[in-house]
Amino acid sequence: MTVLATYVPRDSPVHRLPAGVKLTGLVLAGLGTVLLGRWWQSLLLLACVAGLYGVARLTWRCLAVQLRAVALLVAAIGVLQIVVAGWERAVVTCGNLLALVALAALVSLTTRTDDLIEVVVRGSGPLRRFGVEPERVGLLVSLGIRSVPVVARLAGEVRDAQLARGAATRPVAFLVPLVVRSLRHADRVGEALIARGVDD
Amino acid sequence: MTESTDAAARSVTNTTTAIRPRSIALVAVFAALIAVAAIVPGIPVGSVGVPITLQTLAVMLTGLCLGPLRGGLAVLLYLVIGFVGFPVFSKGQSGLGVLAGPSAGYLVAFLLAAVVVGFAATRVVRRRPAVWAPLFFVAAMLTSIVFVHGLGVLGMVLNADLSLANAFKADLVFYPGDVIKNLVAASAAAAVHRAFPDLLARRPR
Repeated sequence: MTVLATYVPRDSPVHRLPAGVKLTGLVLAGLGTVLLGRWWQSLLLLACVAGLYGVARLTWRCLAVQLRAVALLVAAIGVLQIVVAGWERAVVTCGNLLALVALAALVSLTTRTDDLIEVVVRGSGPLRRFGVEPERVGLLVSLGIRSVPVVARLAGEVRDAQLARGAATRPVAFLVPLVVRSLRHADRVGEALIARGVDD
Repeated sequence: MTESTDAAARSVTNTTTAIRPRSIALVAVFAALIAVAAIVPGIPVGSVGVPITLQTLAVMLTGLCLGPLRGGLAVLLYLVIGFVGFPVFSKGQSGLGVLAGPSAGYLVAFLLAAVVVGFAATRVVRRRPAVWAPLFFVAAMLTSIVFVHGLGVLGMVLNADLSLANAFKADLVFYPGDVIKNLVAASAAAAVHRAFPDLLARRPR
C-alpha cells in the first residue's frame, strides 16, 4: 500500500462531479460552518455528509477510517467545550469539525490525483502576471505528491540500516542520513527534469 | 562516504544554468519530507508524555536547509498538497477544512516560520561551522516562540472557541517538545550543511 493511496474508483454522481466543483464546495462548506450556531444544525450537516458517502457508494468503513484519525482530538475539544461552554456548544464545534474532515476526505476519495492537479494549475492562472507559470506550479504539485512515497521509502531504509547496525534510534542519527538521501534523490530528479527540457 | 557526499554536494548546486529545475526538485522533495514527518505517528516525549509530531521539526529543518525562498516554497507546496485533499496533515487530515479546525493557526505559522528561520540560516552559514548548531537552535527557538506559538494560540481562540488564557494553557504543553525538536533540527541542519556546503551559499533563482 502506498502512503497516498486514497482514490477509490466507483461509478457515482459524486465521482463524476468536476474536481473544481468539489473543491469549491469544500471551501464554501468550510466558510459556511461559521454560520451554523445551533446543535441540531451541526448534526444535520453531519448527516448530510454521511448521506453523500452513501451517494458516492463508499462503505461506512471508509467514513469510519477517516473520522477515527481525528476522533481523539475531537473528543479532547468536546470535553473542554462541555466544561467551558456547555454541551450545545460542544456539539456544534465537534459536529462541524467532524463534518468538514469527512467532507475533505470525501473529495480525495472520489477525485483522481491528475484532476486535482489540473484544478491547481487552472487556479494558479491569475498568478501568471506575478511571474508564476501555472505549468510549473502543476509540475511542483505532482512532483511533491510523487515524492511522498519516495521519501517514506527512504525513511524506512534509514531505519532498517540503523536497526541492522543495532544503533540506538537517536533522532539526529536518523534525520541526517534521511536528509542526505533526500538531497541526493532531489539531485537525480533535477537532472531528470533538465533531461526533459524543464530548463529555460 | 565522504567522497560520495562531496560529489553529491557538488552536483546539487554546481551549474548556475541548472539551478531552477534543481530548486524545483529540492522544493518537491522537502515538501514530501514534511508530509512524511506529519504522517508518522507522534512519539511520546520523556516524562511529560505529550505526544509530539515530527511536523514542526521537519518545517524547521526545511527552512534551515533550504533558506527563506525555497524553504518557504516547500512549506507552501506541502500546504497546497494538503489543501487539495491529500491526507498529509497530522493524523491523516486533509482539505481546506483544516483551516476551520483548531490547528489552522499552526499550519499558517509553519510557512512564516520556515521563511524566517531560513533567512536566519542564510546569515548563520556565513560564520564558522562550529557555531552553526547553537545559532540554528537560537534562531529556531525564537521563531517557534514568536510565530508558531503566537499564531497557534490565535488559531485555537478563533476556531476552537477557547478563551485566550485557555488556548495559552493548551499551547503550553507543546513547549518541552519544541525545545527537543529544535535541538534536533539545529544539529541535523548543521550536519547537512557540513555535508553540502553549497546548499545555501549560492542565491536560489
